[in-house]
Amino acid sequence: MNPGEAVPAGTAANAASSAPAAADPAPIRIQPTLARRGHELAQAQAQLAKLRRLPLARGFEAACASAGHAPLRAARLEILQINVGRVCNQTCRHCHVDAGPDRKESMSDAVVEACLKLLVEEKIPTLDITGGAPEMHPRFREIVRRARAAGAKVMDRCNLTITQANGFRDLPRFLADHQVEVVASLPYYAPKQTDLQRGDGVFEQSIAALRELNALGYGKGDGGRPGSGLVLNLVTNPVGAFLPAGQASLEREWKRELLRRHGVVFDRLFTITNMPISRFLDFLVESDNLASYLEKLVAAFNPAAVAGLMCRNTLSVGFDGRLFDCDFNQMLELALQGPSGRPLTIHDATRAALEGRPILTAPHCFGCTAGAGSSCGGATVKG
Amino acid sequence: MSSYYDPAHLKKFGDIGKEAPELWKKFGEWYGAVFADGALSEREKALIALAVAHAVQCPYCIDAYSTTCLEKGADAAQMTEAVHVAAAIRGGATLVHGVQMREHVHKLSM
Repeated sequence: MNPGEAVPAGTAANAASSAPAAADPAPIRIQPTLARRGHELAQAQAQLAKLRRLPLARGFEAACASAGHAPLRAARLEILQINVGRVCNQTCRHCHVDAGPDRKESMSDAVVEACLKLLVEEKIPTLDITGGAPEMHPRFREIVRRARAAGAKVMDRCNLTITQANGFRDLPRFLADHQVEVVASLPYYAPKQTDLQRGDGVFEQSIAALRELNALGYGKGDGGRPGSGLVLNLVTNPVGAFLPAGQASLEREWKRELLRRHGVVFDRLFTITNMPISRFLDFLVESDNLASYLEKLVAAFNPAAVAGLMCRNTLSVGFDGRLFDCDFNQMLELALQGPSGRPLTIHDATRAALEGRPILTAPHCFGCTAGAGSSCGGATVKG
Repeated sequence: MSSYYDPAHLKKFGDIGKEAPELWKKFGEWYGAVFADGALSEREKALIALAVAHAVQCPYCIDAYSTTCLEKGADAAQMTEAVHVAAAIRGGATLVHGVQMREHVHKLSM
C-alpha cells in the first residue's frame, strides 16, 4: 500500500438498503500503518522503552501516591470496552491503535461469545465497542443486538466515514433502530485540521454522516442524558502536541459553529488528550516534540483527575481475548496477569477477580491526568 | 551571555521574583485574574495576548501564547488574523504620525 493511495471501495455485498449518493465524495487518503512499514514503533516494547527513557520529574506511581492512590486500584466495573479489531478505513495520524486497511487482527468468535457472556452474567451496564472501525467486524451487528437485548447500553466508537462506505450505508439506520450511543471522532469543525489529522477527504464525509445521523434523530436530545433519545457525542483530540482546550467552552463554540457552518447538531463534546503511543508517538518523535510533550503532561498532573480515571471502572478486552486496564494499555501490551503469571483472558474474567485489582501504569498514563483529565468520555474534572 | 532571548529563560520567569517576592506574588495573582474567563473568554484573551506579544515583539510571549491559543481552542487562521490586527495597528500608528509630519512641514514651508 503506497502513501496517499485511496481507500479501496468496500466489498461487502449487503449495501442494497441505501440509496446511492447524489455525487460520490472524494475518496479518503490513507497511509500505510507502522505495522505495514515494519516501523520500530509498531512494537509495544519499543514504545515503552522510548517512554521509560525520558527523564521525567516523577513517575506516575509517585504522582498517584501524592493524590492518595497508592497503588492505583480499579473500583466497580461499569464499562466493558471491547476492541474488536485493528482494521479501519482510515489511517489517522494520531491513532494509538495503528489501525488501517492493511491490518487483519479481528476478534474471534470464541472471544466475542465470552465478552457477551461476561456482560450478561456480571450485569455490566455498558458495552463500549471500539477498534479500528468496529463496524467492520463481521459480527458487529450481532454483538449490538445481543447486548441491547440483554439490556446493556451500547456505545459505538464510530469514525463517521465508515457510514459512507459501500456495505455500510445502512449503518446509521441500524444504530438508530438499536438505540446505540454514537461516539464519533471529529477533531475540528473546519476541514483543514480534520483532514490533516484523519486524512484528506475525511471532513466532507464526516459531515455527510453527521447529517444522516441528525436526520434519524441523533444529537437532538437534552445533552445526552439517559432517556433523552438517540445520543450523538463528538470526540476531539488536539491536532498536534498540545493539550485540549476546556471541554465546556469548546462545546459551546462547536455547537455554534457546526450549526452555523454545516447545519449539524450533537449532544456532548468530549476532549481527549493525545496519548504518546503508536502513531502519535511517531509524530512526537518525528517533530522533535516528545520530551517537551511528556514534560507538559507531567507538569499538568491534576490530583483531582485520579479518582475519575477510566481504568478504574473499565475492563478493556483485546481481539485475542487478553484483558487490559484500558485501550492504551492494550496497545502497549500491558496485559493483566493471573496468579500463575500467565495473561488473564476474557475466559477467566469475573467481577470479583477484577474489582480492586492494581492498575498497570507507565509514563503514558500522565496523558489521562493532565489538566482537566482525559478519558474515553472526555474530561474527568469539571472546569 | 551567549545570546539574547534564550528560550530556556521562559521557564525561569519565576526567578525575577527572588529579590521581590511580594511584588511577584501580586503580579502573579493579578496576571491570573486577568486571564480568567470573564466578560471575555479565555480563548479571546489568549488571542489578544498573542496580538500584543507581536506588537511588543516579545519572543517569549509569542512562544507561550501560540501554545496557549491552541490549548484554548483557537486555530491558526484565528491566530493569523490576530497578528494582522497587531500589524494593522502598528502600521496605522506609523501612518497617523504622518499627520504630525505634515503639520510640521506646512508650518515650515512657504
